[in-house]
This record gives sequence, C-alpha cells and structure tokens, in this order.
Amino acid sequence: MTAENRRAYWRANLRLVFACLLVWFTCSYGFGILLVDQLNSIRMGGFKLGFWFAQQGSIYIFVALIFFYAWRMNKIDRQFDVDED
Amino acid sequence: MDLKTLTYLVVGASFALYIGIAIWSRAKSTGDFYVAGKSVSPLANGMATAADWMSAASFISMAGLIAFLGYDGSVYLMGWTGGYVLLALFLAPYLRKFGKFTVPEFIAERYYSKTARVVAVICLIFVSFTYVAGQMRGVGIVFSRFLEVEVTVGLMIGMGIVFIYAVLGGMKGITYTQVAQYCVLIFAYTVPAIFIAIQITGNAIPQMAFGSEITNEGVGLLDKLDDIVTSLGFTQFTSGDKSTIDVFCITLALMVGTAGLPHVIVRFFTVPKVRDARTSAGFALLFIALLYTTAPAVGAMARYNLMNTIQSGEVGAADGNLVYEQRPEWMRTWENTGLVVFDDKNGDGRIQYYNDANPAFQATAISYGWQGNELSVDRDIMVLANPEIARLPNWVIALVAAGGIAAALSTAAGLLLVISAAISHDIIKGILAPAISEKNELRAGRIAAAIAILIAGYLGFDPPGWVAQVVAFAFGLAAASLFPAILMGIFYKRMNKEGAIAGMVTGLLFTYGYIEFFKGLFLKWAGAPWGENVAENWLFGISPEGIGVIGMLLNFAVAIAVSRVTSPPPQHVQQLVEDIRVPRAM
Repeated sequence: MTAENRRAYWRANLRLVFACLLVWFTCSYGFGILLVDQLNSIRMGGFKLGFWFAQQGSIYIFVALIFFYAWRMNKIDRQFDVDED
Repeated sequence: MDLKTLTYLVVGASFALYIGIAIWSRAKSTGDFYVAGKSVSPLANGMATAADWMSAASFISMAGLIAFLGYDGSVYLMGWTGGYVLLALFLAPYLRKFGKFTVPEFIAERYYSKTARVVAVICLIFVSFTYVAGQMRGVGIVFSRFLEVEVTVGLMIGMGIVFIYAVLGGMKGITYTQVAQYCVLIFAYTVPAIFIAIQITGNAIPQMAFGSEITNEGVGLLDKLDDIVTSLGFTQFTSGDKSTIDVFCITLALMVGTAGLPHVIVRFFTVPKVRDARTSAGFALLFIALLYTTAPAVGAMARYNLMNTIQSGEVGAADGNLVYEQRPEWMRTWENTGLVVFDDKNGDGRIQYYNDANPAFQATAISYGWQGNELSVDRDIMVLANPEIARLPNWVIALVAAGGIAAALSTAAGLLLVISAAISHDIIKGILAPAISEKNELRAGRIAAAIAILIAGYLGFDPPGWVAQVVAFAFGLAAASLFPAILMGIFYKRMNKEGAIAGMVTGLLFTYGYIEFFKGLFLKWAGAPWGENVAENWLFGISPEGIGVIGMLLNFAVAIAVSRVTSPPPQHVQQLVEDIRVPRAM
C-alpha cells in the first residue's frame, strides 16, 4: 500500500466519521437539548417533539447511525483494498 | 406459592444457570481469561456488552430517576447510549486492530512508557471501583427486599456468585454468563412494562404507550401527568429544572465516559476481526436501546400510578387524598425496608404528597390544610415496586428481582475482570515480573479478581448517593482521563508520552477533586464534602455529574500543549499508529 493510498483511505474515513458525528450531535444536543423548547411547541401524537427526541428519537438514530457507519466503512475498506479478507 | 418461595426459586434458578455456564466455559489460557480467546461472535458480544454495561443503575435506578426528574432524566438516556456512537467511530475498531489484552497495555505501547501504563492503571482502578460500589449497593437493595435478608448478607451472596464465575471463567466465563444475564434482565424489564402499558393505555408497546391516551380518559399520558404534578407544585414532567449548560455537560460527560470505560472497551477486544468490532458496537447499542427506550415509558407510567394512587380524588378536596390505613399492600411492604416513609404532619390520617420545597406552592398548600409533604419514596425502588403497584402476578415480581440481580452481577463481573487484568497483566507481567509464566499470570489474575471482589463488597456497604449518581461519577472520571489519551493515541500521531501523561493526570485530578469537594467520594473520613453542592458554587454552573467535560477539555489542552514543547514520538510508535489505522495486517 502506497503512502498516498494510505492517506486517501484515512481521509475517506475521517469524512465519514465527521458526517456521522454531525448527525449524532444534531439529534441529541441539537434537537434534544439546545432546541428542545422550540421543538416542544410541535406535537407528534401524544409527544412534544423536543421531549421525544430527548427520550426516544435520539436513541433510535444512534442505533441506525452505528450500523450505517459499519456498512459504509466496510465498503471503504474494500474500495481501498485494506479489508481483512 | 407465596412470593418469597417463588423469588428464591427464580433467583436460585438463574444463579444455577450462571454457575453452569461458568463451569462449561472455564478459562484455560491467559488469552481466554483476558479476551475470551478473541472468538466471540459480534452478536454474542453485542449482548454481553449490553449486559456488562447495563448496570444496577440502568435496571433499578434509571426509570425511577426519570419518574421523578422527567425531562431532566434525558441526560441518562442520551448520555448512556450516545457514547456507543463515539466508541464505534473512534475507538473500538482501532483497539481491536491493536489486538492486545488491556487498555493500559495500549497506552503503554502507544506512549512507549511504563509510567503512562501505571497512570492508566490508576485511572482504570479509580473508575472501576467507583462504578462497582454502585453495583454492590444495587445487589444489596434487591436482596434485602425480595429475599428478606440483611443487606450485608445480600452483599455476601452476590460477591460469592461473582467470585465463582469471574475467578473461574475469566473473560470467557463472564462473556457467556453475560449473554444469559442479558436475556434474563431484558425479559424481566419488558414484561412488567408491557403489562403496565396495557393497563394504563391499552397499547402493549411501552414506547408507544408513552405517547398514548389513558384508557377511558381521552387525555394523553404525558399531558395528564404534566397536569397532576404541576397541580401539586412539582415541575412539569416534560420540562426540567436543570440549566441547559448543565444538561449539556452531564450528557456529554456520560457519553464520552461510556466510550472511555475500560470494561466496555475491552469487550471489543474479544471479537475475531476489526469489522466485527464495528458491527458489534451496533448490536450492543441495539440491545441496550431495547431497555433504554422502555425506561422513560416505565418512569412516566410509574409516576402516574404513584400520583394516581395517593391523589385519589381532586387536589385540595378534603377527601382527595388516600387514607393511610387503606394504603395498598406494596406501600406496606416497602415501608418495612425504610425506603418508603410516611409522616402524618397535619394529623388527618391521609397521605399528602406534594412539593413542599416550592415557595410558589406554599400558600396553596396551606389553604388545603397541608402542613408539609408526608411521603418520601426512594427513587431506587420505582422499578422494583412497579409490578406490585400495578398489581401484577407474583411470578413477575420474582422475575424483576432476578433481572435486577443479573444487571448488577454482570456489570460487577465485567468491572472486576478489568481490575484484575490491570493488576496481573499490566502491573505484574508488564512491570514487576516480565518473565512470569503464563500459568502463574493466570493464577495472579484469579487472586487479583478475588481481592477486588472483597474491596468492592466493602465499598458497597457505604457508597455515596443513589446508585445512578455514584455510577455517573465513574463516567466523569473516565471521560477526563482515559478517553482523551486513547483518542489522541489513534487520531493524533504527534502525541507523545509527556503530553499523554500530563493530560491524564490533570484530567483525573481535576475531576476527582471537584467531585470530592462537592459530593465526598473516598475521603468522607477526612470531612469531605467540603463545599455546599448548590448551583451558585459550581464552576460555570456545571454540577459534579457534568464536570468530567471540563476535565476532558483540560486533558486535551494540557496534553497538546506539553506534546508541542517536547520531542515527537519515536519512529516505531508512529508506525504503530499507521498500522492500527488500517484493518488488514500489512
């Protein structure tokens, strides 16, 4: 593996990590904490939306996010030919 | 069959199962003892991680905390799940690629220093013992209520069980018992939740019932709850008392702390491949989420049940409150444990339960003829008392007892294992006696585990605060010490030993000092806490639970500053960083 290839792989990884972190931050700290009062004026069924994000929504998104990351990362591994097979 | 016999049967059966698994999966090598031979499937590891990590705090205390804190309880929900995202993104795959046995071992090689290793061991022991004290108290509560034995005896029994399978099976034994314990605890948690959800809303899925209407009332559970609690002077359930900065910091400290907890990190050393470490983090969080999305629903429903029982009629009406002599059976049984206390301040023979600390509600309360809140309910009992409050059959109550014990034991075992590994592998093999044979190292590990169990039991007699709060401190300490050192070890090639050591020491001392100052942790005998734990005294308005975030920032700042003025790490260490960044062995 060339040094350049190695750097490109690491950059692709960091881009993906950054994108995931952005979602992670937005749904928990954004919707669940910083914007909770604003979102609470919106109702979703019996829930106030901000409250729902803080106690339910953010957790569902976290789970989906890790599986998404694992799937994308495995693809990047194969693309740069650094996977384990 | 009466409840006590049934509970003995169910709890006894679960113990037999754990010990059976421990005998079947005895550790034969140090590889088995420390990392289960690196042969655990991602799915099984996900379950084991979930059990390892969902502690007595998650099982017993969390829903109770949410029941009383409402929105403010979100810090635990988001904080104890969001950390897995950080773990998957930043640590798990790389540490698996590194492929050794312990967290201090990574620190030692990455920072080419025995001093760094010792500092990491100290951080690890600090974090793990704080955490394990909370577990032991959880075990004590469950035993004292359900098996009606002294808390001391309960602790002894719990220690004995952990001793058998942690010492015998090491990581391999712990992993497979944890898979079984996960099944017991999730079943025990969701079954009562489903029953209660059906009773209150007619919707069987607790996550949905949470936002549904109460049967025959045509009003939403959360709206009704907001109404009742505010009419009694409490804060609205769906909004909180804590300041935004405090909520933000506590959540962040818990998340980063989760990712920095050695007993969680080490679980990702046990899977065969880097790829498995990533997926396994996903499975772990999925299994955790099953409980964590149920918990707030349980909390809300428990609070509703409690309020509804006591405030049986209109607020302020002469006959609006429950007559003490007609109190339900569960209240009588919990009064025996001292965790529910009634004091008839206005002598009317009825129970008034309201927020007498709220000055705005004072006048209203007086006009009702109330002379202070008369009922105190320990938060830790909400989940345990829930099946009784909802009048569920005895087997459900017995199941909950077994689940609570499973949650506490699985976490305690995981913690004790990382402590013993730190002693036998990092201190003895790594520093004191590098020539030790594998057989002797394994023996040392077992002895260390046994001693750690005794210390943990001792700490369990007098832990500071509620279970969930004690545990919250461990997270702050992990966030401020280990997480930054590991993260920079992978993502910042220029970080050297001087920086990492200075950073860890600063983060640990600052966070520990702040917590000791306001809450008192290990220095109670010397007069701690020294400061009054109120918002006016806090640094930037951040409570001791959230201060790990500042500790972490200090760690990063000190580490980077020190590394800039000292020499870069040697070539072979930079090569090590390059290697752990790619999954394939090159």
